[in-house]
Amino acid sequence: MNLYEELRKDIRYVEGMNACINCGTCTAVCPAAAVSDYDPRKIVDIVQKENEKYLIEVLKGDEIWRCGECLSCKTRCPRNNVPCYIVQSLRALSIERGYFIESEQGRRQLAVKRTVGDHILEYGYCVYIDEVSNEMYPEQGPVWQWMRDNKENVMQRLGTSYKQDKAGALRNTDKKSLDDLQKIFDATGATDRFNKIEAASAEFAAKHGIGFSKGHDEYFNKTYNGYQEGGSLNEVSEK
Amino acid sequence: MKYQKNENWEKHQKEIADDNYYLARSCIRQNFFPAAEDIFIKIIRNDIGKNIYDDPRQTTCSGIAYHSGVIPFETTMTVVARQFALMTEAGFENFVCSCVTSFGIYSEVLETWKHFPEKEAEARDILKSTTGMTFKKPKNLAHTSDLIYKYRNIIAEKSKFKLINKHNGKQLNVVDHVGCHYAKIFPEKGVGGAEFPYVLAGMVDAWGGAQVDYPERRHCCGFGFRQYLLKSNRGYSVANSKIKFDSMEPYKPDCIIANCPGCTFFLDRWQYVIAEMDGKTYGENNMGIPVLTYEELAALLLGYDPWDIGLQVHQVAVEPLLDKIGIEYNSELKYKGVDNIDMGMPEKPLNLCC
Repeated sequence: MNLYEELRKDIRYVEGMNACINCGTCTAVCPAAAVSDYDPRKIVDIVQKENEKYLIEVLKGDEIWRCGECLSCKTRCPRNNVPCYIVQSLRALSIERGYFIESEQGRRQLAVKRTVGDHILEYGYCVYIDEVSNEMYPEQGPVWQWMRDNKENVMQRLGTSYKQDKAGALRNTDKKSLDDLQKIFDATGATDRFNKIEAASAEFAAKHGIGFSKGHDEYFNKTYNGYQEGGSLNEVSEK
Repeated sequence: MKYQKNENWEKHQKEIADDNYYLARSCIRQNFFPAAEDIFIKIIRNDIGKNIYDDPRQTTCSGIAYHSGVIPFETTMTVVARQFALMTEAGFENFVCSCVTSFGIYSEVLETWKHFPEKEAEARDILKSTTGMTFKKPKNLAHTSDLIYKYRNIIAEKSKFKLINKHNGKQLNVVDHVGCHYAKIFPEKGVGGAEFPYVLAGMVDAWGGAQVDYPERRHCCGFGFRQYLLKSNRGYSVANSKIKFDSMEPYKPDCIIANCPGCTFFLDRWQYVIAEMDGKTYGENNMGIPVLTYEELAALLLGYDPWDIGLQVHQVAVEPLLDKIGIEYNSELKYKGVDNIDMGMPEKPLNLCC
């Protein structure tokens, strides 16, 4: 199946791509464009040309990973295109075909999978206090550090159900619910996508001599921290 | 100008159910504002007198993972179907969620099922085969801020305080920040639509404050999902919040309220980061602009104790706002636990006064 046939099977692409007139309204309102070189107008323009060679370049590039999915573009497009939906379908195809491993931003999906993705199946939440350390999230600041240092007492003071098996904030998610999530992930393609991200990342790590096992290994730290610790993976792949 | 805009808002009203709500909690709000949802429940039950159910079996909607590109939409649709099945089993029809990302997800799934009924059938089949569960779609979908908006005038009547500066009698300047996924995806699903969302501004009006209409009022806070989740991309997030702070600063806001848990968090924490990195602060006397959720603000005006509703876990100190409104508080109890147990104190930031 060619790439465009595959894209047209994705309802995000079907809904997002109508007829772009290249007006640039999406780029004008885009928060990612405000702080980087990201240009949704350009992405949509390339994709609607239906040239596979150009499409593959997009799928292998950093650009599609810069969108913040705020969907401001959906509100404002005068022709009812949704650049964000198109980007969602491109990201899915990039992972499906293994192209994501060709770009530094794409490779960072490993760190996203091992945080928010794995947290869902472990805790039942996308985010969980036990995983949010000040080392990984320094912007959390000293109040958060104090809160984590006194977790049990603060959570009791604020009336939560932290680590308890009853309704309330931060309660334990019961085993049946976690099992349900795992089964849903297995049946709907999430587990398959997780496995593709892990497998391509393992192959890249082996090729470039980067430590790879699970959790917060060397590869995770490079993709999560980027330039701040140990250099970027672009530097690695250019060697 | 204000009255013209309010007329625009009047054209975009949505139906919000009158009673019997099934609550879906927020991953982010539970962690970063852990008392907020229980305050919301107390206000709805005790101050408004409505029935709301807090289900221990609910989970994430999976929206953050979906918007970060690590799980397919089909997964999220089926997780949402399971949440609806829990609502159905509990005997409720009115679904209300605390997270704006979730509100966008639930709206999007229901809208998708209208246009692609085969996707609804697929989600039903997979849910049944994996969990044995079936579901009815909600009759009414609302965000928790919609409920506080709906009951804003009752809250005003019962309030002990108004958004008035007790020192000079002037209205307090309140910045309202509405999360992108509340109305930008489906403008008709938000009070006031996408261009002039009134869900928070209506509270400000009802509770005596003055809206701040600044140039970047509708700009995203900068969450960006994977852009914040990765430390290597996080500059995206702080840069977009800074665009907003710089834009609102000349209007001298007394506080910011947000309906999205993520936005509340970012607008609070990035003020700390900007102060520590650049020495720049946006409030008076080298302090920040206090950032509250709408239910926290409602609770304050209703007379709840600031430390009972969790305002001590905000990084930007809220005391300047409490002092202006005239709310009394005991500073010595701010960081104390149950039965006044000593928990020490957070370290002081270098530049952001607390």
